[in-house]
Amino acid sequence: MSTLVVAEIKGDALKKVSKELASAGRALGGSVAALIFNGTDDQCKELLASGADIVLKASLSDYSPQGAANIAAAVAKARGAQAVLLPHSIQGKDFAGRLAVKLGASLVADAVGVKGAAGDLEVRKPVYSGKAYATVKVKGPAVVTVRPNAIEVTSYSGESKIEAVSEGEGTVSARLSDIDASGGSRIQLQDASIIVSGGRGIKGPENWPLLQELCDVLGAALGASRAAVDAGWIPHSHQVGQTGKTVSPNCYVACGISGAIQHMAGMGSSKYIVAINKDADAPIFKVATYGVVDDLFKVVPALTAEFKKVLG
Amino acid sequence: MKIYVLVKQVPDTETNLKISGAAINEAGVKWIVSPFDEHALEAALRLKEKTGGTVTAVSLGPDRVVEALRTAYALGVDQAVHLKDDSYNVLDVSYAAAVLADFLKAEGADLILTGHIAIDSQSSMVPAMIAEHLGCANINSCVELNVEGTNVEAKREIEGGTARMKTTLPVVVTAAKNLNDPRYPSLKGLMAAKKKQVETRPAVSVSVAKIEVVALELPPARPAGRVIDGDSPETKAAQLVQALRNEAKVI
Repeated sequence: MSTLVVAEIKGDALKKVSKELASAGRALGGSVAALIFNGTDDQCKELLASGADIVLKASLSDYSPQGAANIAAAVAKARGAQAVLLPHSIQGKDFAGRLAVKLGASLVADAVGVKGAAGDLEVRKPVYSGKAYATVKVKGPAVVTVRPNAIEVTSYSGESKIEAVSEGEGTVSARLSDIDASGGSRIQLQDASIIVSGGRGIKGPENWPLLQELCDVLGAALGASRAAVDAGWIPHSHQVGQTGKTVSPNCYVACGISGAIQHMAGMGSSKYIVAINKDADAPIFKVATYGVVDDLFKVVPALTAEFKKVLG
Repeated sequence: MKIYVLVKQVPDTETNLKISGAAINEAGVKWIVSPFDEHALEAALRLKEKTGGTVTAVSLGPDRVVEALRTAYALGVDQAVHLKDDSYNVLDVSYAAAVLADFLKAEGADLILTGHIAIDSQSSMVPAMIAEHLGCANINSCVELNVEGTNVEAKREIEGGTARMKTTLPVVVTAAKNLNDPRYPSLKGLMAAKKKQVETRPAVSVSVAKIEVVALELPPARPAGRVIDGDSPETKAAQLVQALRNEAKVI
């Protein structure tokens, strides 16, 4: 049985979720091929080291959902892939559905666990804003999008082949132009393994630098609650929660966030949750692994200083 | 221009979910229109106000989804169609996409709008699947939408920013939060909606790949939390750093 993994790159780097997918594919047994668009040899090697037997390099000059789906479908067919894994990212959401229709495959999105073997999968995924988890059985060919940070990367050494493929993008009726990814140098919320978030408790936009400094020390992404976004203190792209982004970092540090159910819907699957809030009755403390009941304006700078000390 | 808005009825986030078997227990659930679909409805109504055309709201599911279509009527859509399927499983995206695509193709839909996430299944897959069935482009997470004649120009979210996409009708567009501020239904609209006719049609069954939901569970209980004690913010910060590094080993 054979699995195809569709890797994603961001700027010059392979996204970590691509390696997570290769490892998830490896755990299904059988052969694992990874498809990468415009990848470098170094990126291919990372995929090989995390689970792929072979990396297929395709070129896609101007990204479009249709072009990406056409190439991935041709490659999946040529390899007889029974399972195709993609990141549940903006790009994955763009074309995973098109790919499933092209392949006549079943589709399960936003998986946090993938078990079984290609052709006979058991997929676990959050539903109802993370208030429940569904286990879905899929027989036959399947396309699965996988949430970043949900699967452990494992190391692998297999056949280690890198090949170029020449599948073309086919018919495309809309492609991306005028790309403005000015926020792109920052760590993306969905991919971040640490997130520091601020809510109403930060009192105003002039106080973000306080959280940003902690982010910088930890290599964390900056998040916000809806209250902070609606107050106009920060753009919506930073919003975590039901009407913002769904994240599952290793560590989520909520500063001055009360923990409305809509916010929890976006971060409830984080591995560790730290809550810093003056109000001991804030609902966020119910889900927090570690709670600090104190003034965030004193705790956060102290935390930044302490991490600077220990992380050198 | 024939505009179609796919409206999904979902449990209110505040609803306390109960599970029976491999599905939620619907007794006592408060149902709402999925929040991003409200942005899709708003975009459709604004386009109609600007360029004319008709707006039809469509919802797939059991009889209760008619309530979501009444909300769409109250906001100002011209027509509402209920594709009736009592056993519709929201995780079966292939089925939903095939049924909706068949309907939209037969209707000759020009512009298909819906929210970029439905908050029940959290899949975000059906719109692109419909586009593939219809052989047209999909523009996801749209924050700006202009239609002139048959030309479509949109600004959409991408990772870390935005990009533009241009195409011609038909097209499937999904709405992000920043596309607009949805209107509230007027009292007059609410009254009128009660009298409007929702057309119910059986969802035409199509043969597609099948999935089976074998279990639905509440999330695993979070390990009991701990309050970090200390007599000053500094000592609390130091304790927290210790805990994160040596206990959780996460930083």
